[in-house]
Amino acid sequence: MQPILEIKNLQAGVEGRHILKGISLTIQPGEIHAVMGPNGSGKSTLAAVLAGREGYDIVSGEVRYLGQDLLELDPEERARAGLFLAFQYPVEIPGVNSTYFLKAALNEIRKHRGLPEMDAIEFLGFVKDKIKLLELNEDLLKRPVNVGFSGGEKKRNEIFQMAVLEPRLAVLDETDSGLDIDALRVVSNGVNKLRSPQNAALVITHYQRLLNYIVPDFVHVLMDGRIVRSGGKELALELEERGYDWIAREQRLAA
Amino acid sequence: MSASSQPLPTLRAVSDERPTPELCFSVWEQALRERAEPKWVYPLRKAGLARFAELGYPTPQHEDWRFTNVEGIASRPFRPALTPAGATLTPEELDQLVFARLGGDRLVFVDGHFSPALSRFGPKPGGVEVTSLGAALKNRGATLQASLARQSRMATNAFTALNDAFFSDGACIVVPPKAVVPEPLQLVFVASAGGEKGRSAHVRNLILVGAHAQVTVLETYESLGDTAMLTNTVTELEAGEGAVVEHLRFQDESEDAFHLGALYATIGRSADVVTHSFALGAQLSRQSLHTVLDGEGLEATLNGLYLTTGNRLADHHMVVEHAQPRCASHEYFNGILAGKSRGVFHGRILVRPNAQKTDAKQTNKNILLSPAATVNTKPQLEIYADDVKCTHGATIGQLNPESVFYLRARGIPLETARRMLIHAFAGEIIDRVRCTPIRQELDQLVWDRLEADEHVHVGARD
Ligand SMILES: Nc1ncnc2c1ncn2[C@@H]1O[C@H](COP(=O)(O)OP(=O)(O)O)[C@@H](O)[C@H]1O
Ligand SMILES: [Mg+2]
Repeated sequence: MQPILEIKNLQAGVEGRHILKGISLTIQPGEIHAVMGPNGSGKSTLAAVLAGREGYDIVSGEVRYLGQDLLELDPEERARAGLFLAFQYPVEIPGVNSTYFLKAALNEIRKHRGLPEMDAIEFLGFVKDKIKLLELNEDLLKRPVNVGFSGGEKKRNEIFQMAVLEPRLAVLDETDSGLDIDALRVVSNGVNKLRSPQNAALVITHYQRLLNYIVPDFVHVLMDGRIVRSGGKELALELEERGYDWIAREQRLAA
Repeated sequence: MSASSQPLPTLRAVSDERPTPELCFSVWEQALRERAEPKWVYPLRKAGLARFAELGYPTPQHEDWRFTNVEGIASRPFRPALTPAGATLTPEELDQLVFARLGGDRLVFVDGHFSPALSRFGPKPGGVEVTSLGAALKNRGATLQASLARQSRMATNAFTALNDAFFSDGACIVVPPKAVVPEPLQLVFVASAGGEKGRSAHVRNLILVGAHAQVTVLETYESLGDTAMLTNTVTELEAGEGAVVEHLRFQDESEDAFHLGALYATIGRSADVVTHSFALGAQLSRQSLHTVLDGEGLEATLNGLYLTTGNRLADHHMVVEHAQPRCASHEYFNGILAGKSRGVFHGRILVRPNAQKTDAKQTNKNILLSPAATVNTKPQLEIYADDVKCTHGATIGQLNPESVFYLRARGIPLETARRMLIHAFAGEIIDRVRCTPIRQELDQLVWDRLEADEHVHVGARD
């Protein structure tokens, strides 16, 4: 079977700083991988490099997405090919109406998939259930993108967009941070709904909490730009119990 | 349209020398005799001329004119359109103008002269008066004596002084206390094509809004074809206690035109006044807005958008004067600049000693669509009270890369993403227009204008 994502010895940096120091990771269809790590370990950098944010230097390594060279593609080409990034800090875009924005995005992706474009009425019908799923107010669609949304609404809005765009690979960057337990349940529910044998997700988180709801197949610990340990879902529990220091100490011992 | 029967006053007698305001005034005096203006108007005109003689055309040495060089105006012959031009526009041409579909009263002026045939207005309930200033001065001049030039004659702006001396006509709108004018009043100022070099129109509007009255006034300035006409327009606005006023200026003159606009507004207690400036045209345009917050607890919003291309220059020169306590002023000006065009913004906030609890906010944001476009922006705060909140911020730059990335990360192509953000930037300003039909028309127009601009389409990478 062709992997969805294959990262091989990826080294990358920004503004002259070397941040990712050799990451290898393979994600097969149907799998959920969690990447955990302390603040500053490079989690968001990994997400940014995958989504194609400008300004990052790829020092070495390669990333293949569904068999193609991901790093060659523009961000919009990656999105159309089914890669989705749920932002850690969703951007407020005053003046751009949410419906207008999301319909434009959906139609770009549908065009790419050889599907007919949706008009405004079809679109509203299509998103109705998904808004409910994320327990968001329909009013949100009339407002500018993320403007005036609470922190929790912004995160739920990311997952709502994901539910609408139906990606093959979702990269969730700390989607759980700042959420109360109810919101966490709602967001997880949204992510789980999208789980299928064809799709995959890379769930980035600082805390184990989210992984009670989105149960991963694999857990990777990222420290100082390297994956220092990988395991099953029980690794997350161990981290929760013993903290990141424990692995850091082991790392130092090994060195 | 019927041709005017009056002959154009000739300047031949003085034409050996380049016509100047001083030389023109004697010709103007002859024309004035036929206008039967109230006696008190003439001294105002003379005083305006004297003030202009003292001030002279501004030069870049003048702090208020550092970035806006009016040499192109000063070096031209001064030829005010003292009487209507022979040919004006047809009703069909009128229908081509922006906002033509807007209902309600419409007063049309060609080169600063009222055109009753093109206008649409009738008696209004509640004592609301909407007429040409010329007619108002003739019929009920005494009632205007306290207001006409009350604000303009205090100004140290040379073009306002010229306007005091040479104003030909404009609108006079009087809304008595508590009266509500439901539909927007539209004042259409058209610059005719052709004409002699140095031709200028001097427009004067007077808008008097009584206590707790409500009105929306839209001034539009457009050209018929290519014209290097100078339009020098002054509006004096008085808004009484609790009045609700929306005032808009829309300038879209030809790319050879010069446009100098001034708005002098005095706002009373608890009033709610919004004024908008949309500057799209002219080779050089300057809007001077001087607002005096002259009653406690009022709110004034000054909102503006300039879109410039080619070699155009658009200047906004603001003075917001907090003269009484507990007033709020909000200034929002956005500029989108392409080609080699230039934007100028000068925002002075003056807080008088007794204007405690002032809340003054000013933002000027600019997007440069081409590397050759430039902006000069300058806040100037003069605060003589101690318990005030004044904030100002100016930005000049490209589109926010975070926003561009967010849109692209959802599959939206770079070019579309840029376009969405540029429209949104203009939309921030347009959305503040309260009058729905005007807002919708502006939205469409600005959208079309941006779509026509090649800079909106080229890549953002460089
Ligand atoms: N644009 C940037 N310029 C310089 N340093 C950066 C930039 N972005 C991130 N970093 C640094 O790279 C490291 C990793 O950051 P990040 O990937 O955001 O970590 P995480 O998401 O795991 O908290 C941090 O030390 C951070 O300060
Ligand atoms: Mg992060």
